[in-house]
Amino acid sequence: MIPAAFEYARAGSVDEAIELLGREDAKVLAGGHSLLPLLKLRFARPSLLVDIGRLDDLRYVREDGDQIAIGALNRHADLALDPVLAQGCGLLARTAGNVGDPQVRHRGTIGGSVAHADPASDLGTILLTLDAGFVARGPDGERTIAASDFFVGPFESALEQQELLTEIRVPKVDGGRYLKHVRRQQDWATVAVAAARLNGDVHVGLAGMGPTPLRARAVEEAVAGGASPADAAAHAAEGTDPPSDVSGSSEYRAHLARVLTRQALEQI
Amino acid sequence: MKISITVNGAKHDADVEPRTLLVYFLREQLGLKGTNVGCDTTSCGACTVLLDGESVKSCTVLAVQADGADVTTIEGLAGDGGLHPVQQAFHEHHGLQCGYCTPGFVMASVSLLKENPNPSEEEIRLGLEGNLCRCTGYHNILRAVQAAARAGA
Repeated sequence: MIPAAFEYARAGSVDEAIELLGREDAKVLAGGHSLLPLLKLRFARPSLLVDIGRLDDLRYVREDGDQIAIGALNRHADLALDPVLAQGCGLLARTAGNVGDPQVRHRGTIGGSVAHADPASDLGTILLTLDAGFVARGPDGERTIAASDFFVGPFESALEQQELLTEIRVPKVDGGRYLKHVRRQQDWATVAVAAARLNGDVHVGLAGMGPTPLRARAVEEAVAGGASPADAAAHAAEGTDPPSDVSGSSEYRAHLARVLTRQALEQI
Repeated sequence: MKISITVNGAKHDADVEPRTLLVYFLREQLGLKGTNVGCDTTSCGACTVLLDGESVKSCTVLAVQADGADVTTIEGLAGDGGLHPVQQAFHEHHGLQCGYCTPGFVMASVSLLKENPNPSEEEIRLGLEGNLCRCTGYHNILRAVQAAARAGA
């Protein structure tokens, strides 16, 4: 499969990338592992690709107070092995090491993955669960988008056409679990559940249970109210709208969400 | 767009359409047909090559993204001393059936052993999760990679 023709521009700086994105149907190319499959299927037909893959100043992981700041161009393979991330937010490092397969992790980036906003995204679900911040730069400057506002719909983020995701900020957190049910090891999650303790509260997130990664608010409230993992997990599918597709029916996904939520709660 | 890619040690200057996938650049412009196209959807790993020493699926990399990079394909593994140790191990342990997935498995194994020279059985299975063998010949592939690791590949 060959993508439709497009023009290609390699950005030499974040500012240049933002300027190039001024063209209405331009798209950002980072590692390409979300975008190229869409181009090959011709689900996307941008007239211009803006390649940010060489903006090495977007590859860093550093501590910043009680947060970890992660440059958007870190590849999954980089994050899986990063000592600062392993220490400060091991849940994200371990999950990055489990995205796709080794070849995908050698190319795919955290920024590209979350900007793609797949409802079954591993990293997106973790970041939503941890109340991460998404730093975007555009022609009018920089803003930080809260995780709860970032995922707007299936394959739709809150980023404006001319905004570039430059950094992701996560709180330091110990432990946490991400349990993913897949039919084959390298598949997207049929359903996945993230759970972590943050400042005394239990946060729970779901992948594959609706048009975006979701928070299992009813579960979180039940845990806060003193419910056992099994009782709290019974609420896992409340307020969700899981799809039915080749990987499983809506009912099956709801069942998986309850089972995986109970297991995750028992393990944190 | 003009690009310059070093493939198996030889530098190639070429003019490509931006939409040219690396695998088709290798196969059709350079005539290196050892790299196979399997699923064409980043799933099967048949098109795996090394990009700056790391395994990638060349059906999901644009040739323009590899501009300036160093690419190794299956044709670039064997040296004057004969087969690469991973190739030799696949040969000795019959790590193939029809052979279509083999170049990809060999390249993925080379990358795996570079990152983890002494992998456990589970680490080999997980390390090759991006490669599919439709003949399901996984058992001997595993044995071949274990042998290559013992041989210090």
